[in-house]
Amino acid sequence: MVGKLKKELAKRRDLVEITKMIEADTRVLDLGCGNGIFLKLLECEKNVKGLGIEISQQQIIESIATGIPVVHGDLNHDLDFAEDSSFDYVVLSRTLQEVYRPDRLLSEIVRVGKRAIVSFINFGYYKTRLQLLFTGSMPETKNLPYYWYDTPNIHLGTLKDFRRLCRELDIRIIRELPLENRSLLSARILPNLFAPTCIFEICKEN
Amino acid sequence: MIEKRKHIVEFRDLFFGSGESDALVLDCGKKLRSVNIRYETYGELNTSGTNAILVLHALTGDAHVSGWHTEADRKPGWWNDMIGPGKPIDTNRYYVVCSNVIGGCSGSTGPRSVNPDTGKLYNMDFPVITIADMVRAQHRLMQHLGIKCWLSIIGGSMGGMQALEWATSFPELMESVIPIATTPRLSPQSIAFDWVGREAILTDNNWKNGNYQDNIPENGLATARMLAHITYLSDESMRQKFGRNLQESESYSFDFKRDFAVESYLQYQGQRFVERFDANSYLYISRAMDYFDISAKAGGDLARAFKQVSCPFLVISFSSDWLFPTTQSIDLVKALLKNRIDVSFCEIESSYGHDAFLLEIDVLGKMISDFLRNRLEAVNGR
Repeated sequence: MVGKLKKELAKRRDLVEITKMIEADTRVLDLGCGNGIFLKLLECEKNVKGLGIEISQQQIIESIATGIPVVHGDLNHDLDFAEDSSFDYVVLSRTLQEVYRPDRLLSEIVRVGKRAIVSFINFGYYKTRLQLLFTGSMPETKNLPYYWYDTPNIHLGTLKDFRRLCRELDIRIIRELPLENRSLLSARILPNLFAPTCIFEICKEN
Repeated sequence: MIEKRKHIVEFRDLFFGSGESDALVLDCGKKLRSVNIRYETYGELNTSGTNAILVLHALTGDAHVSGWHTEADRKPGWWNDMIGPGKPIDTNRYYVVCSNVIGGCSGSTGPRSVNPDTGKLYNMDFPVITIADMVRAQHRLMQHLGIKCWLSIIGGSMGGMQALEWATSFPELMESVIPIATTPRLSPQSIAFDWVGREAILTDNNWKNGNYQDNIPENGLATARMLAHITYLSDESMRQKFGRNLQESESYSFDFKRDFAVESYLQYQGQRFVERFDANSYLYISRAMDYFDISAKAGGDLARAFKQVSCPFLVISFSSDWLFPTTQSIDLVKALLKNRIDVSFCEIESSYGHDAFLLEIDVLGKMISDFLRNRLEAVNGR
């Protein structure tokens, strides 16, 4: 069971890393839980009690088949179903750029979660910068495979932008884990330039 | 769905309450004696007793949820596409029980049953019952059938109210609950519709304070049904089904007989209903729904009403259901989440209105069968 889940999840590098960051026996809220295998893996491996939020009916059907609790919801609305600090972790993977108000959602997730883990697509990645510079058109990359007019990614930002927003919202960044394609070193030293995606563990500033 | 062979089923009766101590104590304070519960079962209870499912019917439903009573039957049970061998609620795997609510007119004790104190029909002497009273009667049936714990309790509409009542009254007797197209408390809008429906019956000259005999108050009952039926559909489903089509002629009749297809449909539904349902039962059961508010037992605090509950829930609503709209299911979901109960919730996209719970079998069936399979595995794996 676990082997099969891991294999299915292997495509999503950020989720594999997030799995490692989550402590055992905790309560996890997964925003945009897809088919639920991420939470299922956490349940099997770490005895996590999970809840998924998902907007797509098809994905809800699949999550129910996977056997994790999933609630139909829209991340553009407040997480008013959840009380303050009612989850140990809130996970938001590569979705922040799709919501109408990323700032409001960030405030919400650090309200309901004692900690939050957010994976963030970096628009400051050198390849996107170069594409814009040399082609003069909005970049299309592996992480952002859309045209400017049909993309669901309506709020693109850089890692620097994300850090600044956290400061403004009184959110503390506990750790940053840049995910790179090849060169680990360059992404560590200059993540805003060399990391296409970065995982942030954050919480509310006391 | 066309089936090769009709699956023949039969009903049974459970009789209790012949003595004072055995009588059913009701919310109104009275006791109901000589109670009959008509029920049907499908499939077999497994040796460990873990596969029993209770299905609860809606306002005008009955115990006949699946299969045919005879080869000659025109129609199968009301959820035949959902329940049966090889169906989403697979009776090769699960033991399914469904009973008629008390107060009804399909075999369980109701206002047209004989009052043991007088030897005559109860009619309006029948006590006003509640959803909780219905559940108490079902609990007697559970004991009679030797079921220790339900794998799941499933109900749509008023059946969902009973499911919620079960969860809060007997939280230790189930492994899961599936409330569909329902509400934790009947809304003022629904109470209003119930009132008008009952008024139609009460003002029918044939009603005679409930003591009608051969001349039943069919106009009143048919009107109540037509009104209610509108609330089970949606603007979109009516447009798709009828449009502004005329039923018979090419042009307007310029009188007040029926012109439109939708009028003809409602008239037909009203007439059919009068043949199978009793006016007094309609009064009693709709009143039971009016009184339903699961938060009342916790001083109006919906979350607190579920404090003792711990089993997982699968809550389902339908996008075009304006009788029990999604917001009411979300209220329920929030209350359950506050108690840290495992809850899954989906608003299924549908144009069928409230009736969708009887029609959207593909999506609903997939969710329910997967959910049940996971529950059974969890219970058997303990």
